Parts: sequence; C-alpha cells; structure tokens
Amino acid sequence: MTVDSQNDNATIGIFARLQPLLARLLQGGLTLLAVSLLIFLAARALPGDVANMILGQSATQEQLDLLRVQLGLDQPLWWQYLIWLGGILRGDWGTSLSNGQPVADLLALGVRNSATLSGVALAVMLPLSLLVGVIAAQLRDGFVDKVFLGMSMVANAVPDFVTGTVLVALFATTVLHVLPAVSFIPPGDSPFSYPDALVLPATTVIIPGVMYLARLVRVAVIDVMATEYIQTAELKGLSPSRILFRHALPNAVAPIIPAASLVAAFTVGGVVVVEYLFAYPGVGSALVDAVTNRDLPVIQANVLVIASAYFIFNLIADSFAQRDEAAGQRQSKA
Amino acid sequence: MTMVLKASGLTVERADGAPIIEDVSLGLDRGEVMGIVGESGSGKSTLALALLAYARRGVRIAGGSVRVADTNMLELDTATLRKARREVVAYVAQDPGAALNPMLTLGTLLTEGLAGSKAEKVVRAREILRKVGLPDDEAFLQRRPRQLSGGQQQRIAIAMAVIAKPKLIILDEPTTGLDVSTRAKVLDLIRQLCISDDLTAIYVSHDLAVIANVADHVTVMYGGQVVEQGTMQEVLATPRHPYTRALLNAVPSLQARQTLRPIRGRVPAVGEAPNGCIFSDRCDHAIEACNTRPALRLVGGTQVRCVRPELAEAFEVRPQAVGHSDRQVANNSAVLQADGVNAFYGHRQILFDVSLQVEPGRCLAVVGESGSGKSTLSRCLIGLHGNLTGALSLDGKPLPLTVDQRDRNARQRLQYIFQNPNASLNPRRTIGQSLAAALANRPEACGNRSGAIIAEAFERVGISPHLAMRYPAELSGGQRQRVAIARALVANPAVLLCDEVTSSLDVSVQASVIELLRSLLADGLGMLFVTHDLAVVRNIADTVAVLSAGRVIEQGDVYKVLSAPSHPYTQSLLANTLQLPTEAIDVPTIARRQSAAGSR
Repeated sequence: MTVDSQNDNATIGIFARLQPLLARLLQGGLTLLAVSLLIFLAARALPGDVANMILGQSATQEQLDLLRVQLGLDQPLWWQYLIWLGGILRGDWGTSLSNGQPVADLLALGVRNSATLSGVALAVMLPLSLLVGVIAAQLRDGFVDKVFLGMSMVANAVPDFVTGTVLVALFATTVLHVLPAVSFIPPGDSPFSYPDALVLPATTVIIPGVMYLARLVRVAVIDVMATEYIQTAELKGLSPSRILFRHALPNAVAPIIPAASLVAAFTVGGVVVVEYLFAYPGVGSALVDAVTNRDLPVIQANVLVIASAYFIFNLIADSFAQRDEAAGQRQSKA
Repeated sequence: MTMVLKASGLTVERADGAPIIEDVSLGLDRGEVMGIVGESGSGKSTLALALLAYARRGVRIAGGSVRVADTNMLELDTATLRKARREVVAYVAQDPGAALNPMLTLGTLLTEGLAGSKAEKVVRAREILRKVGLPDDEAFLQRRPRQLSGGQQQRIAIAMAVIAKPKLIILDEPTTGLDVSTRAKVLDLIRQLCISDDLTAIYVSHDLAVIANVADHVTVMYGGQVVEQGTMQEVLATPRHPYTRALLNAVPSLQARQTLRPIRGRVPAVGEAPNGCIFSDRCDHAIEACNTRPALRLVGGTQVRCVRPELAEAFEVRPQAVGHSDRQVANNSAVLQADGVNAFYGHRQILFDVSLQVEPGRCLAVVGESGSGKSTLSRCLIGLHGNLTGALSLDGKPLPLTVDQRDRNARQRLQYIFQNPNASLNPRRTIGQSLAAALANRPEACGNRSGAIIAEAFERVGISPHLAMRYPAELSGGQRQRVAIARALVANPAVLLCDEVTSSLDVSVQASVIELLRSLLADGLGMLFVTHDLAVVRNIADTVAVLSAGRVIEQGDVYKVLSAPSHPYTQSLLANTLQLPTEAIDVPTIARRQSAAGSR
C-alpha cells in the first residue's frame, strides 16, 4: 500500500517535471503542422505547371490531363494536403516527380550529408568562438582585439555566398589550387571519405558564426571579469588560470548557450546557400534542384526537414533561456 | 606591541594623473582595529584595495609603501603578491551576494588557494564554519552562495578571509547591506575574531556609529586625503576637523529628535578638488588661510589637516528639533487607512490582519527586518501587489485594492518613492523629462503651467531648476533621491509612501533627505516611512508600527514605543541599533572594548 502510493508520488513527480517539456513538444508539433500547411501551399503557388514540366512543351492536352489525374493534382487542395500529410505520418514521403525515386531515399542521403557538414562546422565553430572571444577579452582594447572587432564587423556584413566565392577564389581557382571548388561526393559515399570537399563549405559557414559568437563571448567575459567575485578571487591570490577557468568561464558561458543554439539553427538553415554554391549534395542543393524541376514532394520534404531542424535548435535555445530565467528568479528571491 | 601594518605616503592616481587618494599613512599594532570613515567618493575603498596592492582598472598605485608584517606589498612580483594575498592580507567586500561566485560551492570557495590535501582542506573548512557560527556538515559545504541568507553569505565571506590566518584583514563596508540584527551579529563575530585570533583589521564604513562600535583608531577620509586620524575616543569626543564634526552632526540619534545638519555641497569628483584645503568649499568655518592646503599636524593626540584645529572648542552641539508630534494636530482624521490587510505570495501568507492609518502632516514609520513584510505592505497600499484581502480607504472613501482599478485622482493622491533612485529614475531621460512624464497624468497642468510646476517642485526639494537638463547619472546619490521626491510632488499628493528611501544613502546625504521630508510633513503631507533604522524613525516619525513576520506586533507614538518598548522583538531591534558613544548611554560599549583590549 505504502509502496504503491510512493510509486504514485514518484510517477506524479516525474510527470510534473516532464510536463513543461511535453507541453513544449505538443506546441512544437502544432507549429510543425502549421509549417507543413504553409510549405504545401507555397509549393503549389510556385509558377509553372508540374505536368508541363514533366512532359515538356510538346505534350498534348489529353496527356497532360491524364498525368494530372495520375499525380492526384485534379483533387481539391485540402484533400491533396491530407493525403500528403497522412503519407508522412505513415513514413511514406511520396516519390520524386522528376526521377521517380522514393523521396525518403533522396532525403536520407541529403540529410546525412547536410548533417555532416553542419556538424563539422559547429564542432569547429563553437570551441573556436570561445577561444577567440576569451583571447579578445583578455587583450581588450589592444591591437588584436581591435583587429578582431573590425574583422567581425566585415564578416557579419558580408553574405555567405560572397564569403564562399572569395574562399573559392583564394584556395581553389585564382590564387591557390589546394582545394576543390566543387564538392563532388558520389551518392552513397560518406562525406568523410572526401575531407577536402568538406573544407571550403564548412569554412564558409564557420567564419560568420565564429565572428558573431566570439563577439558575444568577448562581451560576456569582459562583463564577468568586471564583477566583484572576480575581484574577490584576485584578492584571494588565486592564479590567473584558475580565475579564468573556474571563476569566470562557467559564468560567462551561461548567457552564451542560448545564442549558440540559435546560431546552430541559423547554420542548419543557412546551409542551403552554401551547398548550392559548392554543389554539395545535401538538403539545400536538393531543395534548389527540386524547385527548378517543380518536384513538389521533394520540395515539401526538404523544407519540412529544414524547418524541423530549426525548430529543434530553437527548442534547445528556449529551454536554456528558461533555465537561466528560473536561476535569475531564484537569485532575486534570495 | 608589534606593528602589523605600516603604510606611508600611499598615493593612487587615475591614468591621467589625477589623484584618487593622496599621501595616506596608516599604522596599526597587532590586535588593533582601524576604522576608515568618509562619504562615498572619499577614496576609502580605493585605500582599502591599495593596501592589498590592488588597483581597479584605469587606476594605478603611484607611490608610497605598504608593509604588512614583514612583507612589502608594493614591491612584490606577481607570484609572490598572490602568495601574500593568500597568506598575509585578506579582504572582505561590501556585498557578499556579488562577491561570492554563484557557480562554486561553499567548500570550494572556502578552501581554494589553501595548500594541503583534500581531506585537510575539508577539516579546515569545517573548523572555520563552526567558528563563524554556521553549520559544518557536508551538505552545507556543497551549497552555493545563493542558497544562503545575506547574513550567512557575509559570514562565509569573512570565513573565506580568515581561513588562511592572515596577519591583516581588510573589511570594506561588510555590514552596510545588512539589517540591524544581522549587522549586530556580524559585528559581534568580527569583534570576537579580533579578540580570539588576535586579528588586526581595517574596517571601512561610511557609518560612524558602526565604526565607533568596533574600532580602536579612526581615520577620517575626505576627497582622497586623511583629514583626521587618532584614537576612537579622542576623535569622537573632540572632533577637531570641521568635516568630522559635520559627519557626526549628520548621524541621527535614537535618544532624541535633533536637527540633522546635512553637509552642504558634494564630495569633489576626482581631479576637481579645490586648490586649498580640500574641504574649504563646504566648510562653514573657512577663512583666507584655507586657500593653501594644510598639512596633517598633531594636535592634542590626533592628526588633523586643518589650519584652525582650535575650532573644536567652538563647534556647537546640535540643537533639538521641534518634534511636530508635540504639536497639536488640528485635523486628526486619517487620509489613508488600511483595515485587516492580508497579503499572499501564491499560497504563502505574507501579511496578517494589518491595520494602520496615515494622518495628514504626520509620519507613520513601518519598522521591521528584511522579510518582515514591510515592503509588501507598502506595495499593497500603492496597489502594486494584487494578491490581498482587506479594505483600504483614502480621504474616507473606499480605495480599490489594485492600482488599475483606481481612478486618476486616487493614483495622484498616493505617491511612492523607491529605495534606490538609481533604479527608479529612467537613465535615458533628463530629470526634467522625468518630472514632465509624471505631470502628463494631470490634465489641468498642461502647457505653460507644467514648466512652472516642475520648477516649483525642483525648488521645493532644493535642486536648482538649471539642473533639469541633466541625466540622473550626472547627479549625486542624494540629488537623485531628491529628484525622485520631486517627481512624487508634482502629482500634488496627499500621502507619500517612502520605501527605505534613505537606506542606500550616505549618512550626510540621509540627513539632507530627512530634513527635506520633515519640511514636507510640516506642509501637511501624510507619510508612510518604511525602514529598518530606528534612529531614523526617532528623527522623522510621529507614530510607529513594528512589523514582525507579517504581523503588527506593536504600534503607537514614537517616543513611547522607543523609550519603553513592550514587545521583546522591538526591544531586540532597539538593542541592536548602533549609536555613537558620544551619547552618555552608550559609553560602556567602548569601555568594555577597551578592557577587552587591555586584557590581551
């Protein structure tokens, strides 16, 4: 009896703790549903007729009508949407209109390649931002710091495709010829088998990310270094490294994490441009190709994947921000 | 006696060469406590830090020497200096909430920097925790600073400073942010440590009453210079510098309502000191000879930087103020009344059945410690706390409980003044604009009239209307609080709700704000004055309500409650209120301390 009631309490406790998360996931699910509707409508609103694109200019009206019936394009829009949505929920993403392959297969390939690119970029970007930010803060108002601030201004003002083009000119075509200008990775091969194909696309994503995040790190470290507890640590005679790593960084990193999650979200979204630029076979370039071909199921699937990734990173950013807020409230109560 | 601290000719300057402290010399024997006193901006914190060979960013120690025991602090390389700060001199900052790293456990905070194995460190930490009167179990060592109360945090900060058994400990306003009974306990702890560990200490404070209760010697700082230095009794009994006298005159007394003498003008900013005697522009006794800077000289046992130290005999004792509680109040009907107020945070009840009334021309003080619910009470009255039951009435008419249900007239009749004017004035508005924004709610005061009303409000609080274009950051703390009061006045209120309005101010500035509030009372304003300082209550209030754990435990006329408190809580509050020993009743405190010092 007592054991039972204890178990009940434990269940309730876990539920109470999970409840905000569940609410958030439900909210996220609804958001993605709304996004899927928008994607669907936007894809249908693209100019140009799918049947025309597939059959070419010489097709007769009967051929076109027949294809439309085969593709289900003669059905009302809401019905087409429900069919598509139902398919996704069953794991059936449809077939590509342009090459007849299952969308799920194309998607798996693109997601793997894009995730590799984003993952590599983030794995370099985040520690590098921390390092650059801390160094700039330590050398505050010095020459290195000023150069960094100027460079970060420029890097953040310049669009990704310009950065990428400049990198290509420097390392692939005009000045040096050490890296490939186009990231050719055969379908089915892992991008890690072609590391030199990853370098330029990843660098194009890393540069603006580091320049933005390192600025935030720099300001956070400067703020923390000006607090009384750092002064106290100095007056306790602690070593500079202990002050930096034990006293300053844990406090400086906390406000950076939500921003870093958002940058991660932007990186996943921004990968479209970079992939297109380097013809890197990921979700982004697949999307661009699909739009050119009016390949509706592929467009929808790819946009939905990018939107979900965006959503997940935003969720992470939000929960960090909320945790900070809760900590702040505890502090103000004390 | 061995000399533990010998600082001489210590000078700290800004990067542009303007001195922040100039030619300061101090000497302390083993086991002695030196109080350093002065207003904000007098350079006392800079001095405290310079004794640890530390200068804030953009500031450098330009000259002089600091010897602590056998260590010459200003001539060490960085590694040896760090060792000296671990083992020879320790520092306790004013605000432990800000000075303790929120991410580290108490165990780490206490023992980092100590040599020895982990087990030894834990033993040391437990030992020191017991010494400062805190729990010493493992769970407590794993706590973080935010899980402690303010008083406990300051105990940790003190424990952190004394754990390595330093020769000298420097305390920079360690009790300023604490309420009276916590302050009394922390002061007790410091005194006890001085005796049991034979600790030599520097105690920095703006509050002479606190200094008088811990120190053997006192150094009075003004504008970065030592203006008077000597033994505690000598300086307090016969202050020879006009600034010392002025500081003493500004301290409110618990025994009697007196005219508080604010010091006119303000502490000179760094680099803007007058050429002659640094205090000459604010001094009532300045003469021609004050235009050349006097040197410190020995007069009757104390060092004084004044050309007329003989003036000490001429300083008048401040007169008693006319207590307007003695005056017969014609209109005795309450302007603001609260009946049976209960307030809650969530399901927790904060206030229990609180009833009180504010009468025109009279001041009701609400007294209690932090957490007693006094701020909640004032927020209930102004209508900012939604979760309450009970009845409020204004001018005899019922007053809705929350501010959004109140009409414009009711909102204007009640005005609120916050504790911290730095936070309550919009930093991006000139003070003139801040007042104009408050006027925007008065339709009858639009157009040309508004300028006149604003100018009148500034005049009333003693701020020159020329300053209307200034931003709050360009004003002193006292001026800012006056502006906050002026902003309340432009609404033409009947009642001012003052929430700890003098707590963040220097004693001298507090004196000027109290005098201003008194004159507003004389104009017929009703006032509710929330505070934890009974000496301030004695000097401004007519009636007092003592709040403890959300209940009014004692209520009545100020002189009755303060001279014969009936509730033990009020008695303990009174006992913990620190007083200057110049008032006969407190002399035994010093005598006791002296005998303790003598027995060592």
